[in-house]
Amino acid sequence: MSNKHFNLTLHVWRQKNAKCDGKFVEYPAENVSPDMSFLEMLDVVNEGLIRKGEEPITFDHDCREGICGTCGMVVNGRPHGPKERTTTCQLHMRSFKDGDSLTLEPWRAEAFPVLKDLMVDRGAFDRIIAAGGFISAPTGTPQDANALPIPKENADLAMDAAACIGCAACVAACPNASAMLFTSAKISQLALLPQGQPERYLRVRDMIAQMDAEEFGTCTNHGECEAACPKGIKMENIARMNRDFLKASLTYRPATSGGGVG
Amino acid sequence: MELKSQIPDGPIDKKWDKHKFDLKLVNPANKRKYKVIVVGSGLAGGAAAASLAELGYEVECYCYQDSPRRAHSIAAQGGINAAKNYRNDGDSVHRLFYDTVKGGDFRAREANVHRLAEVSVDIIDQCVAQGVPFAREYGGLLDNRSFGGAQVSRTFYARGQTGQQLLLGAYQALQRQVGLGAVKMFARHEMQELIVVDGVAKGIITRDMVTGEIQSHVADAVCLATGGYGNTMYLATYAKGCNGTAIWRAHKKGAAFANPCFTQIHPTCIPVTGDHQSKLTLMSESLRNDGRIWVPKRKEDCGKPAAQIAEDDRDYYLERKYPSFGNLAPRDIASRAAKQVCDEGRGVGETGLGVYLDFEAAITRLGANKIEEKYGNLFEMYERITDENPYKTPMRIFPATHYTMGGLWVDYNLMSTIPGLFVLGEANFSDHGANRLGASALMQGLADGYFVIPYTIGGYLAGIKPGTRIKADDPAVKAAAQTVSDRVKQLFAIGGKETPTHFHRELGKVMWEFCGMGRNEQGLKKALQAIPEIREEFWKNLRIPGTGDDVNQSLELAGRVADFLEIGELMCLDALERRESCGGHFREEWQTDDGEALRDDENFCHVAAWEYKGEGQTPVRHVEALSFDNVHLATRSYK
Repeated sequence: MSNKHFNLTLHVWRQKNAKCDGKFVEYPAENVSPDMSFLEMLDVVNEGLIRKGEEPITFDHDCREGICGTCGMVVNGRPHGPKERTTTCQLHMRSFKDGDSLTLEPWRAEAFPVLKDLMVDRGAFDRIIAAGGFISAPTGTPQDANALPIPKENADLAMDAAACIGCAACVAACPNASAMLFTSAKISQLALLPQGQPERYLRVRDMIAQMDAEEFGTCTNHGECEAACPKGIKMENIARMNRDFLKASLTYRPATSGGGVG
Repeated sequence: MELKSQIPDGPIDKKWDKHKFDLKLVNPANKRKYKVIVVGSGLAGGAAAASLAELGYEVECYCYQDSPRRAHSIAAQGGINAAKNYRNDGDSVHRLFYDTVKGGDFRAREANVHRLAEVSVDIIDQCVAQGVPFAREYGGLLDNRSFGGAQVSRTFYARGQTGQQLLLGAYQALQRQVGLGAVKMFARHEMQELIVVDGVAKGIITRDMVTGEIQSHVADAVCLATGGYGNTMYLATYAKGCNGTAIWRAHKKGAAFANPCFTQIHPTCIPVTGDHQSKLTLMSESLRNDGRIWVPKRKEDCGKPAAQIAEDDRDYYLERKYPSFGNLAPRDIASRAAKQVCDEGRGVGETGLGVYLDFEAAITRLGANKIEEKYGNLFEMYERITDENPYKTPMRIFPATHYTMGGLWVDYNLMSTIPGLFVLGEANFSDHGANRLGASALMQGLADGYFVIPYTIGGYLAGIKPGTRIKADDPAVKAAAQTVSDRVKQLFAIGGKETPTHFHRELGKVMWEFCGMGRNEQGLKKALQAIPEIREEFWKNLRIPGTGDDVNQSLELAGRVADFLEIGELMCLDALERRESCGGHFREEWQTDDGEALRDDENFCHVAAWEYKGEGQTPVRHVEALSFDNVHLATRSYK
């Protein structure tokens, strides 16, 4: 053990499944290297638990390079932990010091049932996308990609919004458990692009309807979502979504069924 | 076992068109009577599931992640190739075809590669139509860059998140079909077995990773798009969950496994810091466009900070050895060169396993702002992981396992040796030969999913009478499900002391040492002895706490490690039998005087496809000869 290594105390939320009650359990994390990622620290704790015959701490993770959006837990009250613009998997132990006490909790939101320990069900996000978070462009032979020039500024803004990884830290951070940062990021991306125009107002209505059906709260401008977002998604997307939603609501007409008569 | 490649006749640039016409069609009203299972939701699987549903087939899609949007295609940073020739720099379908065949060191099938180059142009159009926010210039047109050993700028990109944006495009197309009820999506479901009836693929058995339930799903065809098996090496740039289980179980049911030893070691990854290391992180190859790679000329200088090493004392070894390609030499060559300098004791960093990737010259030339605009997110990521600022000190990088060119053998229709089982994307073997070029994986995944399988699967399904699908209570289905429950019970019953990760790590050490960047007969023979020993220990001393009837990540991992322990052995066996060097497969006995790979076209200009023969039996090596009529066999030189 090099002298850089240190010890921590973890208070981890343990819950067998969605139906059971959960509770905090204390575990020591010893010989932690500052070069470890947060999840590697948990790996070591878990291997120790398995060797003792205890069930390891369940947490979601996959790419471990901050892009898949699978991981995420609340560390000492902050989604993804103390470092800004950093997912849990990219958080390194050098952000902590010897003797620290850390509380680990799952994302807490009505719409995200706990599956086990720190793992939650974020299926609601997939359903919001399925409701309208796309451009209807079936596979085929569309026009040449350069036939439609897109101003660089719009393309860049669309990319800023498209950087969302769907981790749901925004929901976990919001006192209302609102999913508006997530939903608005996709709506913004597609509304900023010419390809997204035909379905623009239908999309915003459908996605917001689904968001409400999932029982996410609504935005009351706390700004916690933007602060917690590991990808720097901005609240201006929510403003864009609200504008589109207002317009869509005022101009909405039910679809007419004027199908072909051939 | 017969390997019928089904390559259409005719000139290379007419084969695909001709084949598309020759393939039988399924009547539009009949399409909904066929059910297709797609396993995996990355670029290949997601694109296939969406496209097949758009055509009208009944589609079920399975992934182990909590959402199809998380498949590891998402992590690809650099870009996607397409022969658009938007730069007017001499690109063409033929040149992309040529580069890919040559880059693969003449171990890929010409006809498949040509088709890939042809459809590459359609992919970009399709993605733009979906709203993928590719990088653009001020005039509003798409931007390009040169990438990974190409001498033309044919790579399209979306900042350092190209894979993410392409995947989200496919994911959104997929979710649209889910919303329409045309695709039934099963997230957190892991395929555990392939159902084969009378030699034909008829469905899969999955484990619901939340409830532990073992479920049977029958279909008219099965597509595996489950990615590569590079996690056999334990430390790799793959996501932690990536595994070889689906293709391995299919292999054990009769699908030939082609060129298992062809793995890609990517040159620019962040070096290992200690035993706790759980994965390696890639730094996009695009960095090599502006970064210069070097190590100190003298061993004695290796401990000094980079800034204290004078320009004359630095060895820019890629520029020195490969003057025409320099820092952009293909991945296999750049990786091997890094290994060589580290073997000579000139590596940098605490472990000595690292080389510098230095941006000083580029920052001086272009300014820090320009570099930030191009690579900002990558620099940030590097600093987050290493706590070093790459604007001030050079990055330290080292090669890591990144991709597997090998995979299940498929014919021109992407069908494996089991009729009805199709294999797409990285999970198959067909397009990259012995080395994949940068920005070609995204291209192949999407080509297979959007533009190949929608045609070829029709040709297969048209030969099946609609409504003849087997029933879920068929004895073959029940037997397959039973095998899966038995295996789960068997894993719990071991009741030993060690964690699944322990065995995975042990396997990884053997694989990296003996079947990594340099391979030789003696080492491979050692590995072939060591791996069965680890496997035996695994089945004696594994411990899985908890039960099988709820979320159990130890059980999930144990099942995957059990398969890695078998895949690793086949990789070593294949590496031993391929007595030549080609692409990423470097057999130390076969090299030129200056240390370059020495191919043996006389004896090894072929695909090696392995047939499973049962537990404890040596698998049989079959051969599909490769012919090069359009790109003539030549020594690959990047000097």
